[in-house]
Amino acid sequence: MSNVIKIKKGLNINLIGEAEKNLKELSTDQYAIKPIDFIGVFPKMLVKEGEAVQAGTPIFVDKYRENIIFCSPVSGVIKEIKRGPKRMLLEVKITADGKDEAIDFGAENPKKLTREAVIDKLLKSGIWPFIRQRPYSVIANPDDTPKAIFISAFDTAPLAPDIDFVVNGNNKDFQTGIDALSILTKGNIHLNLDAGVAHSSVFTNAKGVVINQFSGPHPTGNVGVQISRIDPINKGDIVWYLYPQDVLTIGRLFSKGIVDASRIIALTGSEVLQPAYYKTKIGVNIEALIYNNTTDVNKRLISGNVLTGDKLELDGYVGFYHTQVTVIPEGDYYEFLGWGLPGFKKFSVSRTFPAFMFKNRKYRLDTNYHGGLRAYVMTGEFEKVFPFDIYPLQLIKAILIEDIDLMENLGIYEVDEEDFALCEVVDTSKTEIQSIVRKGLDLMRKEMS
Amino acid sequence: MKFLRDFLDKQKPHFTKGGRFEKLHSTFDAFETFLFVPNKVTSSGAHIRDAIDMKRTMIVVVLSLIPALLFGIWNVGYQYYASHGMAYDFWPIIGFGLLKVLPILVVSYVVGLAIEFAFAQSRGHEVNEGFLVSGILIPLVMPPDVPLWMVALATAFAVIIGKEVFGGTGMNILNPALTARAFMFFAYPSEMSGDKIWIAEKADAFSGATPLGHLLVNEVDKLPTNLSMFMGTIPGSIGETSTLAIILGGLILVITGVGSLRIILSVVAGGIGMGLLFNLWGANEYMNIPAYQHLLMGGFAFGAVFMATDPVTAAQTAKGKLIYGFLIGVMAILIRVFNPAYPEGMMLAILLMNVFAPLIDHYVVQANIKKRLKRVKAAVV
Repeated sequence: MSNVIKIKKGLNINLIGEAEKNLKELSTDQYAIKPIDFIGVFPKMLVKEGEAVQAGTPIFVDKYRENIIFCSPVSGVIKEIKRGPKRMLLEVKITADGKDEAIDFGAENPKKLTREAVIDKLLKSGIWPFIRQRPYSVIANPDDTPKAIFISAFDTAPLAPDIDFVVNGNNKDFQTGIDALSILTKGNIHLNLDAGVAHSSVFTNAKGVVINQFSGPHPTGNVGVQISRIDPINKGDIVWYLYPQDVLTIGRLFSKGIVDASRIIALTGSEVLQPAYYKTKIGVNIEALIYNNTTDVNKRLISGNVLTGDKLELDGYVGFYHTQVTVIPEGDYYEFLGWGLPGFKKFSVSRTFPAFMFKNRKYRLDTNYHGGLRAYVMTGEFEKVFPFDIYPLQLIKAILIEDIDLMENLGIYEVDEEDFALCEVVDTSKTEIQSIVRKGLDLMRKEMS
Repeated sequence: MKFLRDFLDKQKPHFTKGGRFEKLHSTFDAFETFLFVPNKVTSSGAHIRDAIDMKRTMIVVVLSLIPALLFGIWNVGYQYYASHGMAYDFWPIIGFGLLKVLPILVVSYVVGLAIEFAFAQSRGHEVNEGFLVSGILIPLVMPPDVPLWMVALATAFAVIIGKEVFGGTGMNILNPALTARAFMFFAYPSEMSGDKIWIAEKADAFSGATPLGHLLVNEVDKLPTNLSMFMGTIPGSIGETSTLAIILGGLILVITGVGSLRIILSVVAGGIGMGLLFNLWGANEYMNIPAYQHLLMGGFAFGAVFMATDPVTAAQTAKGKLIYGFLIGVMAILIRVFNPAYPEGMMLAILLMNVFAPLIDHYVVQANIKKRLKRVKAAVV
């Protein structure tokens, strides 16, 4: 085993509502693919409402990269194509017919295929979008050859699913997936594990990967942090990344020849009565997922974790890349002189509240801002939760003034919005740092193409 | 508090766009958010947020200034009675102190906040809480006998020229409270120096010179004892005299993490370093006083704890803070000892380093950039 890479900066936020390790089956017929999950993709629809589809039927393609196809996760009928303002495509809803019919792409041993054949199969089956790239966190370009592929096999975000539990027993599919990926890069496939816990044999027995061990608080599980410690991204470098469940999907494509969109999703959060893991499919309806299993308060439904997830309405669907759903209370209340009271129960990293004396307390946090938007005044806050050799405040300001050169010099290629999530949480000035960083990344991508 | 909330909810429409008092929106908002932390919920990005906000931060700073303020009130009274050689009791002292200090405090807050509210309204911003701190810092760096109109003028100057012309809170280059002090110092030199002003309504026969005043004329033998300089029973600006009260405030700042310990320690290190250097040199008696005594005199401690740590005008990078603080300490003692026209070197040192802080940060950040470029080259080779 390799050395443990220790990361000191960061923050674990302890919340109530961790998923119990018991796996439940979830049967529902409502699924959706959401074009908005894919950053930088302009969808061009290929199906109409009422059309019958199978698992693997192309639903839409990226207008500017037509070889990147997005497919149906299930067999059934297109129920609705939901559009938002300016006719923006929001959701393609599919009612499953329960027959589980799938297009046969042919079972093959990836080791015997050429690089072109592997890429072609992934593209055609709509599984390619699982492979994303840094910088910019967009779907990888099949014409690129990445210098390495990173797989983060642990998640340090609040209430994150235990990936060892999730993948358990899928040794074969995982290995097949790794075999396929290893053809895509000339560099290493880095499989990054959490040091100090027992790992599933799925990971420890994997061949053709470099296993790295990390220890430290969130965001240690973020692939961006891991890349920065092992093989940092310089200008012009491209690194691909994906997550263990995605590797399983790739593995199943090659072993079974079909799109098997199975996902294990952790239902977590303080407002879930019985937090647990659910075996379901990509894009499952959230109402079905939380049915009869939440408290009565006004709730925030989140596809993903509380730091980076997307807000969902009750009729929403779990995001393409998400393996976790979090339910927490909304915070739409006023608090009399809240800034002045001692605030014994409040969560704060700063020591202006007594929270710092209760390190192991678990919180039931809501969505209140706890303050108004201000100019940046405090300094040194972000650095404590940002484990990169980058000056976060300076980079944020460079993005705000859209200074391309400065952004590049300050290291924007190495980061993603999720890496700034904790900065956003602790920010005294209550600014929307993740969306600022996203804008910066989009701007860089536009300028560099 | 329900009736208060209901009342605010009822009034709110008048102050929003299209309402009768639309022009007072920022003012209403300031009072509303003062009474109630808003009910705004996250819509994008992280769904949960830390409980800290700018109000909490600023209130901690105000809290940390309370010991110095209370001691200042007492000391103003005490110095008055002592200078007249009168018998004194605790409450008359406090009474006299309040009589002198409260009007300055009120003038500073009223003038400053009025300008802040007006600017917030014209910019359509929420009112920033920064002046809650500046408004108490300004009285603390004033001599007790200062005319109120001067306080008003200096405060207005500090808020408008020192802060708002640069874009308001968070954008200013110079510390607003020190800008006010510097304005007074240069605009009204006769009222801001000499031996008369440091004790309110001083009896003429009494000397009333501050420790720095004594040193200026090489009267090392007339220095107060270390104990009285530490406790603060000496003439001086309202809040600067008691090192003890300042240390108490500093503890609050450092424990809550609001003030940068890094800056405070590096200022002290710079001051002591320079003091020791002068000891080695020893050309006159001023240079020969023990280095630690510099920390007890004048505005050194007050500046180090409350002024140098202002996050907006200080250096913003961790390394930058060390350099910034150290140079403040060095400069303060250097100016103090070498330039008889400016006994209070601390003010000038901090203002000077405020101006240089962005430059210091620039070089620190450039070093990071160079490191990154080097890595690219290494990767190419």
